[in-house]
Amino acid sequence: MQLFANTLVLASTYVLLATGYVVVYRASRVLNLAHGELMMLGGYAFFALVSVTPGQLIVAVPAALLVSFLAGVAVYFAVMRPMAGHPVFSAVLVTVSLGILLRGLVILGWTADIKYPLAVAGYQNAPLHMPGGAVLSGVDLFAIATAGALLLGLWLFFAKSRFGIQMRATAENSRLAAQRGIDIHLVFAVAWGISTFAAGLAGVLYTSSVRLDPEIGVIGLKAFPVALIGGLDSLAGVLPAALLIALLEILAIQYVSPLLSEVVPFLALLLMLCVRPWGLFGTKEEIERV
Amino acid sequence: MNRAGPYLKTSYADDSALAGTAFLRTWLALLVAAALAFPFVATPLLLDLACRAAIAVVGAHALNLLTGYTGLVSLGHAGLIAAGAFTCAVLVEELKAPFWVAMPSSIVVGALLGLVVGIPSLRIKGLYLALSTLALHFVILYVVGEYQSGRGFATGLLMPRPAVGPFTLSGAKGWYYVLLGVAALTTLFCLNLVRTRPGRAWMAIRDRDVAAAATGVNVTYYKLLAFVVSSALTAFCGSLWAYYNGFVSVEAFNFFMTIEYIAMIVIGGMGSILGSILGALFVTVLPYGIDAAINALPVPARLQTHLFAVKFGAFGLLMALFLVLEPQGLVRIWSRVKTYFELWPFRYPPLKG
Repeated sequence: MQLFANTLVLASTYVLLATGYVVVYRASRVLNLAHGELMMLGGYAFFALVSVTPGQLIVAVPAALLVSFLAGVAVYFAVMRPMAGHPVFSAVLVTVSLGILLRGLVILGWTADIKYPLAVAGYQNAPLHMPGGAVLSGVDLFAIATAGALLLGLWLFFAKSRFGIQMRATAENSRLAAQRGIDIHLVFAVAWGISTFAAGLAGVLYTSSVRLDPEIGVIGLKAFPVALIGGLDSLAGVLPAALLIALLEILAIQYVSPLLSEVVPFLALLLMLCVRPWGLFGTKEEIERV
Repeated sequence: MNRAGPYLKTSYADDSALAGTAFLRTWLALLVAAALAFPFVATPLLLDLACRAAIAVVGAHALNLLTGYTGLVSLGHAGLIAAGAFTCAVLVEELKAPFWVAMPSSIVVGALLGLVVGIPSLRIKGLYLALSTLALHFVILYVVGEYQSGRGFATGLLMPRPAVGPFTLSGAKGWYYVLLGVAALTTLFCLNLVRTRPGRAWMAIRDRDVAAAATGVNVTYYKLLAFVVSSALTAFCGSLWAYYNGFVSVEAFNFFMTIEYIAMIVIGGMGSILGSILGALFVTVLPYGIDAAINALPVPARLQTHLFAVKFGAFGLLMALFLVLEPQGLVRIWSRVKTYFELWPFRYPPLKG
């Protein structure tokens, strides 16, 4: 039962991060390798805000998420838009360099020490006993709920709202979408914003329950196999892939070795690339397009 | 027969000469002389830096052959360097193998790994391929990490100095000349590779694989060849790294190392031999340059205490700037400067009538 609970918690982090990859990839065919660092940035924004307003998470959390959203929009206009027309690989490399830059800046701003934002805010992350004997913390429960809510919200947004449909149209064929009067730069910017918003959510929740330091960006790289196994252009694939990878990882920790659990996502990724490179729910012709 | 100056090529031998003009020969000779005289004027720190740069040149060439010339993006460079370094270290540690056994075997291991990484490249392209190499990076690091902790070398493996018979390579000057020679030979090897059949095939594949196949290039064979040659060179770079540092540990081969090598070929200029050399020099020297600049300038104390972060940030910033503003790298800047002086006082080449 505890295994199951741990899987859910890990999967919720993966869901939050992998949706970020998928949203940006769908919109602009760019793989954002700075995603982990943007999550870290969300965590630091959260830390800075709780330091200013101690005890008022109701202010700090939405503000941190807003900062994350704006950071994504800024990244699009400052870095990704000038890369239009360059090879996709260059754009990916730009995100890599952005990641290093962010990491350097964060260490300059906040040093490399480990921090605990929730403790700074004056809250405790108390363990709760679940029915069935599993133990989860309050933040963990909240993370699971948030991941579910995010997936549901994005689904509603893309399926029902006017702007969401415009975003899907742009993902399908951006030139045609632009000719039909869709502001594609706005669409791209919002896609980046949504992506970093989700990364910010992951950052706030992860740093609340685990820790905050400049190294947490690495988890972004681990979430990336999740996005690919689900299918890089498929939001629906995120959930099953996240559950699968999280389960494998937890089992590896439990029964083999923690070192192995670090590579389990990548082993699964390699296997997937050999068997079904477009992922569980991805579109097959995507491979040829990139 | 009277030749009309060095620019009129009248034979194939002229056309394929690497240093065809007297001008080029003079400068090349001067460069070689300067490189040979360097240890006599350099401080130990500079000499060490030069040795590291020479190793980096080998690694950058390897990545450039794959990414710059063949267009196959690899994010697993650090993993392959680790594979080379650890093959050497393990052979030395477990079998007491001398360096002339350990080094070639690490090259062979590199070539085999290249074959393994290369096989997915026949099926997937672009980003997806880059990801499979990234996954491989983590897998290699896991394997060597498991070996390192399982065998009780938690802090790392020590490497002896390379020795052939009674000769042992030691001392900064000795290392410098050996590594300089190795880097020069690797450069020559790559230069000849890219201007002969394999190199042309690779460039054809990079530009358009379907067209390459239509003109008779065996795409499967040459893609695999690119991976094998590149990985073998990379492993060679790893074994040089291991022997030079005298110490191998898994922490050194993190993802940042991959980024460094990618930065070398990006900043230098992808698909250019000169670019790899310039990029490798630039990226190796950059951290020390920042060090020197910060010591020389009156900067806030905060920057001094977080030197590492400053380097990190500057590195990311520079790479992004190059990608956005000068995608062809230092080589393009160099050729612009050259053209400027060649044409001076005019700004445009004469119109061809």
